[in-house]
Amino acid sequence: MQPKKIKENIYWVGAIDWDIRNFHGYATQRGTTYNAYLIIDEKITLIDTVKHYLYDEMIARISAVIDPSKIDYIVSNHVEMDHSGGLPKLLELIPNAKVITSPNGEAGLKAHYQSEWDFHVIKSGETINIGKRNLSFVTTPMLHWPDNMVGYLVEDKILFSNDAFGQHIASSERFDDQYPFDIIQEEAAKYYANIVLPYGTQVQKALEPLQDLDIEIIAPSHGIIWRSQIQTIINAYRKWSSNETDHKAVIVYDTMWNSTERIAYAIQAAFEDIGVNTQMRNLKTVHISDIMTDVLTAKYICVGSPTLNNNMMPNVAAFLTYMKGLAPKKRTGLAFGSYGWGGQSIGQVEEVLAGLGFELLDKIKLQYIPVTEQLQEAIQKIKTGYQS
Amino acid sequence: MKKYECSVCGYVYDPVLGDPDAGIAPGTAFEDIPEGWVCPVCGVGKDQFEVQE
Repeated sequence: MQPKKIKENIYWVGAIDWDIRNFHGYATQRGTTYNAYLIIDEKITLIDTVKHYLYDEMIARISAVIDPSKIDYIVSNHVEMDHSGGLPKLLELIPNAKVITSPNGEAGLKAHYQSEWDFHVIKSGETINIGKRNLSFVTTPMLHWPDNMVGYLVEDKILFSNDAFGQHIASSERFDDQYPFDIIQEEAAKYYANIVLPYGTQVQKALEPLQDLDIEIIAPSHGIIWRSQIQTIINAYRKWSSNETDHKAVIVYDTMWNSTERIAYAIQAAFEDIGVNTQMRNLKTVHISDIMTDVLTAKYICVGSPTLNNNMMPNVAAFLTYMKGLAPKKRTGLAFGSYGWGGQSIGQVEEVLAGLGFELLDKIKLQYIPVTEQLQEAIQKIKTGYQS
Repeated sequence: MKKYECSVCGYVYDPVLGDPDAGIAPGTAFEDIPEGWVCPVCGVGKDQFEVQE
């Protein structure tokens, strides 16, 4: 277990979770890492820890640099247990270490671990001297928990951004110029879509001071460290947080006897005719957390469900509940589906899309098996709605 | 009319702006917001807000 040197006397000492495939409902097909960072200075400082079951891996990496009992300060940028999980054991080892955290961080850590640690609660903007170096902290509430904060190592120009700019990728490569960049971008987008999306306003607020900051490295708490493509990821966050979308329609549906699927493909044909790119997302084959990556940049969100026992299909309800929480904005919605009798599902879907503040195209509601004329009419309606 | 700050996430309710997304019209005093209203950022209730000095 080796640390990875980030800069002189600064090391990545995190843990690689090669096996995790489900992160509280988020499909992590590439696993993830929990990134902890060690700064060797007059005050030896550890930034964040790892999930509890990977504690030994973190300690092994730290031990390759120094005796872990020599750590003076532990920064807890975020209470969530994938980053704080190593704290209880570590503080058994070094009970006199100072835990540097935000006001909400202190409250959160106490609630998680009933801890009476030696807390140093920072004020946003506070700088702590650790010897030759200074660490500045800014609280970033609801990015993505109330306790979140980020740290900036002034002399080395490193931003420890915690979950912001993270990606769920398990890899032994640590930097953005060592790993396929399109994968990093895709996973950064997926992370944003599934974790950060509801907090666009907070992101924009946090991005403002970054403009004036000289940043050489962004060291997030998951995945790859940014050093060659910093502007790329900051620009992407700027775009995503302003809900700026591409000329793209994502068509999400479940189907019982393929009738709703037929409507879905008619919708695709309509958008194709208009010149809008489409993505077909059958909820039986695509995970909702992957669909959110598509939603992140799609202007048109089309959601279809047949009516099953007077309701929408459970898969569709799950997707809509998930998307409702993640609250994408400035989209156009379209509800569609086939039904036998009641036909309630289409209205239910439309209600959720309307509740998200989406503009709506006329819903498409067709009984039993749609015939060609009906589908042609639906296609025409979309084209007309698009132009108006 | 006073501004109120959410003690959990720091969101500030400005009565001049209201919270139109949640049906709270501009010009609504914090005291007049219905009890069921929640912080538009983090979702906690009205009782978690403090008056901003």
